[in-house]
Amino acid sequence: MSGRQRTEATDNAVIKVLATRLLTTLVTLAGVAVIVFFVIRVVPGNPIAMMLPPGATEEDIARLSALYGLDKPLVTQFGIWITGVLQGDFGTSITTRQPVLDLVLGRLPATLELAIMALVIAVALGGTAALIGTRFRGGKREGAIDIANGVALSVPDFLWGLVLILLFGVLWPVFHISGRVTPSLDLPFTTDFYLIESLIRLRLDLTADLVAHMFMPALALAIPLAAIIGQLLKQSLKETMNLDYVTLARTKGYGETQVILREALRNAALPTITLVGVQFSFLIGGTVIIERLFSYEGLGNMAIDAVINRDLPLIQGIVLLFALIFTMLNLIVDLLYAVLNPRLRHG
Amino acid sequence: MADAKGMDGRSMIRRRAGPRLWLSAGWLSILCLAALFAPWVAPHDPLAQDLFLGRMPPFWMAGAEPGYWLGTDSLGRDVLSRLIHGARVALAVALIAGTITCLVGATLGLLAGFLRGWVDIVISRLIDIWMAFPPVLFSILLIAVLGPGLVSIIIAIVVIDWTRFARVVRAEAMAQGAMDYVSSAQVAGRPRIGIMLREILPNLLPTIGVLLTLEMGIAVIVEAILSFVNLSISTDDPTWGSMIAEGRTAIHQAWWVLVFPLITLFLTVLSFSQLGEGLKDRFDPVLR
Repeated sequence: MSGRQRTEATDNAVIKVLATRLLTTLVTLAGVAVIVFFVIRVVPGNPIAMMLPPGATEEDIARLSALYGLDKPLVTQFGIWITGVLQGDFGTSITTRQPVLDLVLGRLPATLELAIMALVIAVALGGTAALIGTRFRGGKREGAIDIANGVALSVPDFLWGLVLILLFGVLWPVFHISGRVTPSLDLPFTTDFYLIESLIRLRLDLTADLVAHMFMPALALAIPLAAIIGQLLKQSLKETMNLDYVTLARTKGYGETQVILREALRNAALPTITLVGVQFSFLIGGTVIIERLFSYEGLGNMAIDAVINRDLPLIQGIVLLFALIFTMLNLIVDLLYAVLNPRLRHG
Repeated sequence: MADAKGMDGRSMIRRRAGPRLWLSAGWLSILCLAALFAPWVAPHDPLAQDLFLGRMPPFWMAGAEPGYWLGTDSLGRDVLSRLIHGARVALAVALIAGTITCLVGATLGLLAGFLRGWVDIVISRLIDIWMAFPPVLFSILLIAVLGPGLVSIIIAIVVIDWTRFARVVRAEAMAQGAMDYVSSAQVAGRPRIGIMLREILPNLLPTIGVLLTLEMGIAVIVEAILSFVNLSISTDDPTWGSMIAEGRTAIHQAWWVLVFPLITLFLTVLSFSQLGEGLKDRFDPVLR
């Protein structure tokens, strides 16, 4: 096979994956939009009546309902909403009377920073566990790591969050367990990516405060993922350690730790990277309850408030955004897999 | 691609069944007994308030009130009694929601994996759509729609978690359907439904059993999360989640209000999952 044909085969495989996945992604997003729209409209209680002060007349309610389009038939309402969404207009929040898109985009950076920090912690913890487990495989230390992995995986992020609150918020209060940043601080930020901006502006005092707030919720999200990473990476590493080229490296006189880090890790990493991509999309779903638990001002916390306040347009916008993030991440993982996996590439 | 996505972290853990199986079963048995005999075992009425006995510490600390072993919450309610009565709600949710979720999910998965064709296309698309919802937000949304209460929680869990069963069972039914024994049964002229129920289903039962055990642990957590967000059962009823929610607000004054329900919940979830892992190692060639 010539080099040119090979690139074409690669391109064809990638395009095929891209086309089918884009199509299913669109179906998924449309399904999510339909379901969320109609499910939340079964909610008893008129959101407009909740907005108005007691003593509002039927007429007031009718007038405000008309303003938000809530007096029209459901299917018409859906048509109006979805047409708006396709043009980038997600409607107006009932409780705050601000555009949904502005509200959601204002909170998204906080959630993304939290999720990415959790991912970094998970990779660091899981990677370390896998390396130590491989280095001391067959011994007591590997057994201890397996048990820790098992417990970390069995218990969900919500409970880890509570455990961390007790340990590092009350018993040994070194981290903040509430909020995103100390409220009294004067924030010079122009974007909502506080952590990134504080680093760019070299305001390391603010960075430290942000990290002290984020670390606990991020760690709670990271623990189950770290266990998954640790388990899979250790398994791949141990398999790689028996391959010929690793034995060759050993006979050349490299130490065991060096062999693991320099030779085995690179080859063992691919399955883990794919898994991390998929698991990361689940982690983003987990931010909803973790943000609530730590009063962290992100998208998830806003979502729960929106449900409690019956803010229908805001709920729709947030759910759709979460679904978009989830499907896009999965799409990227599939594409990366198509590009990186030689079997699929030449198949 | 399919193999990368199907890799659930849990299925990668291989360990021997042993003490953890018995420890988990032991803890869950204690919980079952406590739940069954709650009115006789609990030292106090779980709802009885006594403002003069608010935030009493557990028995080993100074200032503890005799008879209130694990202390009291801010309304003076006995923490131990509330834990015992809370076990009723937790286990009821685990058993009922777990079983119904299992029935719905496994049936849909079996139909999709065995019948293939348009049935599979519809169910697979539904699974994709469901997976794109953040589960916690979805459950909170459903409770807001259905109103609080035990039945709503159970419906919410079934509606959200059926995909866990459907995904695994579908893949496994597809693998079994490609095997020789299924083609022989087809050649012998057996009806398809008969093959599905008599030949394929029995081979999937161990897998389904393990998933069911894991799902029960998840159901307990979902109930706790929903009570925590205050959308679960009416707030008067003692549930572990509402105790945790209350403990979270009083954490600096009365840590025990949070710690004991947290330990209980932690052990219960761990037990369900370890029981599942233990059963997997013993009986299930598929997930192992």
